[in-house]
Parts: sequence; C-alpha cells; structure tokens
Amino acid sequence: MPFSFDDHSASFFDYLLQQRPDLLPGSRGLASDRPVSMPEESRGLVPAPFSHGTTVLALKYEHGVLIAGDRRATEGFQIAGRRIEKVFKVDEHSAIAIAGAAGPCLEMAKLFQTELEHYEKLEGVQLSCEGKANKLGQMVKANLPMVFQGLVVIPIYVGFDLKRAEGRIFKYDITGGRYEESDYHSIGSGGKEARNTMREHFKKNLSEEDALVLALRSLYNAAEDDVGTGGPDLVRGIYPTAKCVTASGIGEIEEERMSRVYASLIEARKREA
Amino acid sequence: MPLPYYVSPEQMMQDKAEYAKKGIAKGRSIIAMEYQDGVLLVADNPSASLYKISEIYDNIAFSGAGKYSEFENLRKAGIRHADLKGYMYSREDVTARSLANGYSQSLGTIFSQELKPLEVEILVAQVGEPGRPNEMYRISFDGSIFDERGFTASGGRAEALQVYLKDRYTSEAQTLKTALALCAAALESVTNQKLPLEGLEVATLDRTRVGRKFRRIPPAESRQILA
Repeated sequence: MPFSFDDHSASFFDYLLQQRPDLLPGSRGLASDRPVSMPEESRGLVPAPFSHGTTVLALKYEHGVLIAGDRRATEGFQIAGRRIEKVFKVDEHSAIAIAGAAGPCLEMAKLFQTELEHYEKLEGVQLSCEGKANKLGQMVKANLPMVFQGLVVIPIYVGFDLKRAEGRIFKYDITGGRYEESDYHSIGSGGKEARNTMREHFKKNLSEEDALVLALRSLYNAAEDDVGTGGPDLVRGIYPTAKCVTASGIGEIEEERMSRVYASLIEARKREA
Repeated sequence: MPLPYYVSPEQMMQDKAEYAKKGIAKGRSIIAMEYQDGVLLVADNPSASLYKISEIYDNIAFSGAGKYSEFENLRKAGIRHADLKGYMYSREDVTARSLANGYSQSLGTIFSQELKPLEVEILVAQVGEPGRPNEMYRISFDGSIFDERGFTASGGRAEALQVYLKDRYTSEAQTLKTALALCAAALESVTNQKLPLEGLEVATLDRTRVGRKFRRIPPAESRQILA
C-alpha cells in the first residue's frame, strides 16, 4: 500500500472513492463502468423500502437518547441468526442502528465508524453532531444504486450534541434525505408496531429506567406482530441490545438488567391474559 | 550551449544530507520514553494547537520534528495508511512496524530522487498489549530507520538529549511522574532555560485504557502529575 500525499480531504469515504473504489460498499467505482441492469420483470417496480425484517428504535429521555434493536436475522422464511447486532457504537457520543440487508448494513456501520475517527485524527477535532448526521446521509445516498438491486440500508442516527447539551435523533430515507425527530422513532418491518407503542406511552423527560422499559415493551410488541422481529429468547438467554448516549459518553445496557425488565413485562402480560 | 557541471553522487548526497540536518537542527526536540503503563511523548512546543505529537491508530502515535508542513503531510499519509489497512483487514493488523517501513520507503525515495530532501525526523511508537514489549522507531530524513529501546529523541538537540538521558534513564519501574520529570529536565538542560509546562506538549499511549490508547495530557494535568 503506497502512501498518498496528493489528497487534501479529511474524509475516509472520499479517500476510498479515489484510491480504492473496490472497497466501497457495493463497489460503486466498478459499478459505474459496468452499469447493472435490472431483471426484465422487476423493471418499473421500486422495491418496498421497509420489506426487511428488523425493529430498531430510538427515544429521548432526560439525560440523552436510548437506542435499541432486536437480534433476529432472516433469510426468506428462515431464521438466519439469533444473535445479530443491529446497534453500533460509532464514537464516544453517537450510535447508529440499521435496518436492511445484513451485509451492506454491517459494511456501512464499519465505514461510518472509520469515517468519523479518520476525520477526528486528521483535523484534531470531532465533527459536530449535525456534521456526522449529514455525512451519514451522503453515505445512504451513495448506496442508492444498490437499492435497485434490493439491497436497502436505512439507518437511524442518534448523537449527543455537546454544544446544545441534548440528545438528537435523525432518520433517513433511501435517497439520503435526513430528517430530525423530536421525541422517538423506529424503523424496520416491526417499526410501525414499535412506533404505535411509543406514541401511546412516550412522555418528555422519562427517567432512564422508564425509557428502557418503554423501549423493550415496544420491541416486545413489534416481535409479537412481526415475523421479522425477534422477541426475548428466554431459553437461550438472548435479549435485544440497547445503548444509552449521554453527555458522559455511550453506555451499554447490561443483559442482566434487560432480563429483569423482561421478567416483569412478561409477568404483567400473564396477569392480563 | 553551456556544459552541465559535473557533481559526483557522493558530493550531491552529502550536500543534501547537510541541508536536511541543518533544517532539522533549527527546530525543537521531542522525546519518547517507555514507562510502566506504556509510552510517554514530550515535545518542546510553545503552540497549544499546532501539534507535533498525534494519534495514528488504536495503539500507535506519531511525532514529527523539523519542518511543520512536511511532517504534517507525513502524519496524514500515515493516518490514511493505517485507517485503510484497519478497514480492509482488521484493527489488530495495523502495526507500527509496517507504518515505519512505509515512512522509511517514502523518505528514502524522496531523499534520493527529489532535488530537496524533507527536513524532518519522525518517531512512530506503539504500546504493546500487557506482557508484550513496546515498539519505537525513529526514521530520519534519508529513510534510515532505528529501532529504539527505553527512550529516544529527535529534532533540534537530539544528540545532546540522548547523551543526557543515557546517564539518567533506568528501565525498571519508571512511573508516569518520574518519566515526565526526567523528560522535562532533559529538555530544559539542552535548551539552557526554564521551560514552563505550558510550553510542553505531552501525550501518552496508555495500555490501561480501553480501545484507543492515545491521550493528550494538558498542562494543568501535567502539573498535577508532577506535584
């Protein structure tokens, strides 16, 4: 690997684009010489943007933002994985959760992590919260050609904005459009059920515990109505993953705490049934 | 038509080396020193924002002495190289040895092929996992590379610093406090003046940290450590 001196951008994405386009998600550089043609029968059909199985969500609470996601991966009608991670720490003050085709999702998460770290090291300062959200939008936009091959990747970005001293949530569409949410959001095939639950129970300035209970309840409801979303697996001890993003950094919620919340949720359901 | 002058290769290399050495000696010095939790880097640098020491990757740091624009370019190239390698393979595959080799190649090529050699001397340090040794490489303007143990100095009065430290450095049980005090004393002795802590740029590669090991130590904290 030769050193390159002739490049002045602080973006790792741009660097790959110039030097190693073959390493970019979907090999965009290669795809441009050899345009991918869509199969005859699928022309004119835009793939449904939320056809992938997953539920990931984010909601604000008094100290910042909580972000959580289920663990299931599906391949058609088969369960491909029970322990997949869909929530990723990006840096000390932000995280993303991704819905879509698993491979490109992981690739985008890794590229985004590298992108932010690269910028921080080259420039000596971190990107602003807004800057990070915009950068992610550009990466989603760059993935658009892949969407027509059915490989959709849609993230939610949450960050703690140190300047404004508040947590923020951003959602995206397939064209990279970036929209800020004021309270909560969820995406994926079970996203609607999760959103319905949050709409009913969300309040401003929830405590961390209440926010966690609401997040897990929403995921539980999503798992009940959506085949693509995994519920808590009590036999194997697999629970959703959740992280809280606050002024003091990003923290993982331990499994033991999850299992406690789920035990009381399930107890309540039993009584109601 | 004027005849081109003949200059022997020996003469040309000697002139270039002299030119580069002069440029580097004009600048200020940097010390890297092993201590019990990793590697300490201390630079004589009055600026609080134009750094001579910086992070390259999880457990690798860089420092450059000499001409700012030149070592800044080398620093950026190193970060690109490291991030690309870590992205392509895995984070643990990024090593100081491969980086130092890359720098050595680039500096060597520039020294022999370009009219003007780079007036820089750089250090690449890597903190080892617990139980594994640290690595420190010093690469000079012509691409020659030195594998250093214990401590090393570059830029400015590097030779005087080496002599000063050789007599006083003990490899066993250097704490952060003793290492920092020794580095500060060494820099003061070669510049023959009192250096305020604000004039020192201090950073560590601390193996007790989780994830990225590089950390800058601001003057206020240096004062606490030395107290």
